[in-house]
Amino acid sequence: MDEGGLAERIPILRMGEFLLVTIQVDMHDRLAIRLQEELTQRISATRAKGVLIDITALDIVDSFIGRILGNIAQLSRVLDAQTVVVGMQPAVAITLVELGLPLPGIRTALNLERGIALLHAALGTSPPAESRHDRRGE
Amino acid sequence: MGSTGENRLLTVLIENRQKLVDDWIEEQSALKVWQNGLIGRAELTEQCTEFVQLLSGTLNSDYSADFKTAAWDALRDFLRDIVASRLEQGFTPMAIATFVLSFKQPLFENLRRAYGEDAGALVETIWSSTALIDKLALWTTEVFQLEREAVITRQQQEMLELSTPVVQLWRGILALPLVGTLDSSRTQEVMESLLQQIVETSAQFVIIDITGVPTVDTQVAQYLLKTVAAARLMGTECIISGIRPQIAQTIIHLGLDLSSVTTKAVLADAFAVALARSNLKICPASDHG
Repeated sequence: MDEGGLAERIPILRMGEFLLVTIQVDMHDRLAIRLQEELTQRISATRAKGVLIDITALDIVDSFIGRILGNIAQLSRVLDAQTVVVGMQPAVAITLVELGLPLPGIRTALNLERGIALLHAALGTSPPAESRHDRRGE
Repeated sequence: MGSTGENRLLTVLIENRQKLVDDWIEEQSALKVWQNGLIGRAELTEQCTEFVQLLSGTLNSDYSADFKTAAWDALRDFLRDIVASRLEQGFTPMAIATFVLSFKQPLFENLRRAYGEDAGALVETIWSSTALIDKLALWTTEVFQLEREAVITRQQQEMLELSTPVVQLWRGILALPLVGTLDSSRTQEVMESLLQQIVETSAQFVIIDITGVPTVDTQVAQYLLKTVAAARLMGTECIISGIRPQIAQTIIHLGLDLSSVTTKAVLADAFAVALARSNLKICPASDHG
């Protein structure tokens, strides 16, 4: 898989005014730094207002990755975009807390759907019709 | 086959089986270890008969003085069952061991009758019998101990599971009523099961109610805060309710920062907060028309 580390990259998808990053491989340090760089460029290029980082598939997080996640949140805030981390597994959450990295300032949501709703709420924009219906419970 | 002592013992066991059992039961009735009528006479007769049969069976097979060998299996299992049932009926370890030890009197009486003429043979046989029976009595005590420990371990586990239920109050709202003293291992268990439940029910709010917790020490308070932080990382908000005045004082005294956590006096208030933030409200049924 790791052919010089160059072939490996984490895709950044565009979803309206949001960017979606789904991490589906075990993150190693170089990959994380690369993601941070690419994401920063994409935010400024697309003028994205929000970033969703889906880590549902991530089983292991070390302190470095934790810090990178924090960095991404801070960077995107500077670039006028909100970051939401979604789908963190219990074991990962416990590890981060035990490592003393409770990621202050990062918004979190249980799943992608909630994350999108959270971003819309934070930005004061109207969510897509379907989720608005869901929120009002009408 | 063992030594001559065991051979003589075996002979007596086989020849006087019925008499031994009868004498043994008389002996136990006199001892009154089962006076509370927990064991019927028929049951006791059955047990005594089986014991004598198994003992002669053990001596008859490839007998070895080593209690751990396969020859003893049947007798060991039989005694284990006896101990388990006696334990359930509330017998003391002494009363249980007496079941085996009381066999000595009738046995020695029968040995005396058989070998009374030959003092040497009698002493030798009595010695090997007494060693044998002591070993069996000690085994019952050991089983008693093991059974007791197993019961305690099981109860501990059950209590641990019982005392940390995660309940769903509404779709997306979980409650974790904590009861009893929290120690580190229990708090850890609570934390893990709670986070797992959050995933399973995709809860947005968790109310940790500590009304039933008498005291909180530094470590437990830290664990609670860690649980709150971990739940937040997963996208769930925690509300702590039912903090007693003493605990509040402890928390402030310890210098713990609860400013990032919503706290409410009672579970109902916390539930109301969770409902409000979920855009839900409770209204009288009549309003619904």
